[in-house]
Order: sequence, then C-alpha cells, then structure tokens
Amino acid sequence: MRSLIDIIDLTVEEIDELIATANDIIANPDKYAEKCKRKKLATLFFEPSTRTRLSFESAMLELGGSVIGFSGANNSSAAKGESVSDTVRTVGCYADIIAMRHPKEGAPMIASMRSPVPIINAGDGGHNHPTQTLADLLTIHREKGRFDHLTVGLCGDLKFGRTVHSLIHALSRYEGVQFVMISPDELKVPEYIIQELEKEGIPYTETRSLEEAMPTLDILYMTRVQQERFFNEADYIRLKDSYILTPDKLETAKSSLSILHPLPRVNEISVAVDNDPRACYFKQVSNGKYIRMALILKLLEVE
Amino acid sequence: MKIDSINNGVVIDHIRAGKGMELYHFLNLDHMDCSIALIKNAPSQKMGKKDIIKIDTELDLDLDILGYIDPNVTINVIKDSVCVEKIHPQLPERLTNIIQCKNPRCITSVEQEIPHIFKLTDRKNGEYRCIYCESKAKN
Repeated sequence: MRSLIDIIDLTVEEIDELIATANDIIANPDKYAEKCKRKKLATLFFEPSTRTRLSFESAMLELGGSVIGFSGANNSSAAKGESVSDTVRTVGCYADIIAMRHPKEGAPMIASMRSPVPIINAGDGGHNHPTQTLADLLTIHREKGRFDHLTVGLCGDLKFGRTVHSLIHALSRYEGVQFVMISPDELKVPEYIIQELEKEGIPYTETRSLEEAMPTLDILYMTRVQQERFFNEADYIRLKDSYILTPDKLETAKSSLSILHPLPRVNEISVAVDNDPRACYFKQVSNGKYIRMALILKLLEVE
Repeated sequence: MKIDSINNGVVIDHIRAGKGMELYHFLNLDHMDCSIALIKNAPSQKMGKKDIIKIDTELDLDLDILGYIDPNVTINVIKDSVCVEKIHPQLPERLTNIIQCKNPRCITSVEQEIPHIFKLTDRKNGEYRCIYCESKAKN
C-alpha cells in the first residue's frame, strides 16, 4: 500500500506515468468515469482549504467514486482532542483512501504510518504539498512538452511557500534545469534547500528584482505572500505588495514564457495579465483535478 | 589523580573535555549502583584535555547515543582487567527518542506518544533532521 507524503516519494518514472495517465484522462474522460465506482475518498481537512478539497472531491466524483469528510478542525474529532493517528484509523474503516490537510508539519506522515488505507498529503503547514506540485508539473509538461533544460523563476514568498519547496525538489531531478529565486531578503528560500542545490550542483541565482530576471525565464512561478505564515502583521503589510506581476513587467519576457501560480492570488498577478496567452494559472487548476484523478487511480491500484 | 583500574566493565575514553557529564546523564549512569568514575579534564597527548568515564560493571551501552553525543570516543571493554575490545562508535543513521524536535509547527509538538525520530542528513557536519517536519536538530 502506497501513500503520497512528499513529492520525492515518487520516482521520475512514476511522475511520468501519472502525467501520461492524466493526459489520457483529459483526452478520454468517459473511459475513466466509473473506474472508482463503490470507492470512497475521505477528505480530512484539519485546516480549511476550499480549493484543494474541491479539487480532490471533483477528482473522485469524476472517477465515479463518492466522498466523505470534514473541513476545519472545529468540525472534527480533533476539537475533542483526538490524535491524528486515531482519526485516520477510524476513518480508514469507512474510506478507501484519505486526502489530509493539517496545520502541523509531518501530520500526514504520522497518518500514513498508522492508517489502514493510502494517505495523500494535501498540505501540512508550511512543509509539503505534493499534489500541488503534481498539478504544477502536469501544467509545465503540457505547456513545454518537457521538464529538462528550463529556466524556472520562483517569485514571492520563497521562505514559507511550500509549493515552491516541493517544485524545486521535483524539478531538481531533471537535467539542465536552473532556478532563479526572486524574493525580498526576508522571504528567501530556506538555507537547507540552497545547501541541497549546491550539493547536487544545480545552478541557481537569487535576486530581489523581478524585472531583472524576467527576460531569462521559461517558467515564472508566482506565489502569494501569505498572512497566516507571519508572526507579525507589520512585516506582512510591508512585504505583501513587493512582487506584483503586471503587463508592463511582462514586456521583456519571452513569448514562450508560462506563468504559473498555485492560487488563490491576492494581488500578486494583476487581473490584466489573465488574458495574456502566457497565463497558465487557471489551466493549472484544471490540471490539478486531472492529476489527482491519476494519483487516486495509482494509489488505489485501479487498472 | 589516581583512580583504580576496573576488572570487568567499560571505559569510555577520549571524550571531548566538558562532554563527560552530558554523556553520563544521557546514558542514565546516575541510576546505576556500581562504581562509576567520571574524570574531567584528564591530560591527553592527542587531545590536550579529555574526559573519561569508568564503569565497573558489564553493560550494553547505547552506541547510538555515544555516537551522537561524541563520535570520537573510544569504548574499551574490560574483562579480567584486560581490554578485550575497542569500539569506535559512528554517527548513527537514525536517532529515536534521544533528542526532541523543537519546531513548534511539527506534529510531534501536539501528537502524544509518537517517537521523536531524526535521520542523519549530513554526516560530515553531523546534521540531523526530524523525519516528520525535516527541521534541523538543535543541540
């Protein structure tokens, strides 16, 4: 029985396989409409996240399965003090697979050690969010047709942005990928990730200027500066508007650039950019559902 | 300073000066009722100064703890007043319930009765990370 806790749990071949399945689902949705008939997905969201939860639920419904679950720790047994281990053992008696979001880092790993059914990490605090990374990878693959030899710009909150950390891990495994980290000093990529890149000899540059980095990029991955990751409101207000993507900043960008964002956005991408053919962030949402369908099939070992 | 040699037991030698007491506590030696000598700042040709612990009974030491606290120690196993084995512990690959994760966002800060497990991520620098949240262990 497999769970997905961290994107690096998947080999490059397995990611290729998921992407191939997702592409096949997009091309032939009817073929998959009853693949998970009589199977149940439980969405255990100890921290609210409407969009990720709806993506998982839509994925299971489109596979012909059904969905149970809760959203917000106040509506769950956690409010009564139940441990994560006990919650998943209980829910594992009802559901065939569990997607879990939890504010504490490592909670889905504990869950996977105790659960009788596969666990999918749907985000654990500021730590991992592997299915967002799979959605990002599917989008990059559908836009570029490859993962290797890409210059990937990561912009905004690179310190607390778990999607950024997972994407770096995932793309680091492909040849010729280089990263351009664009952030204020306060929100730079954590030191341990930099050390890993240096250890593996993967090229990266750090800059505070989005304009300076723009002409070199094949992918621009924008992120939200999230208030809930700050201890101090004054720091949040000072930094949240630092990196806003507007049509004029895109003037020096390649025509083949792909702009990604894990969403929701606040104001870091101007609405005026939405009609630019390079904007891929709503395609990314749609891809998120398809790759989650592929993942559910894989973990449930449905042929 | 003279301390009698032991007949059957263990001598932990080459402890970095100042680390002896820490090791003493980690190995729970304060709960033992045999003769134990903790020698601090003994002269050493190799190290200048060192700490030594002599334990006058046969026991199984937790080599993981020894390797983690001070991987440079030498463990001499003494039988009938003769050193029969010298052990040089390594930094262990995993530490279970030896150190605690200090990250307040880690699941170990709220979930009861789960083992605190760290894995060795950088042998050269002796760096360990929590397996759950991947935070670096703080000494």
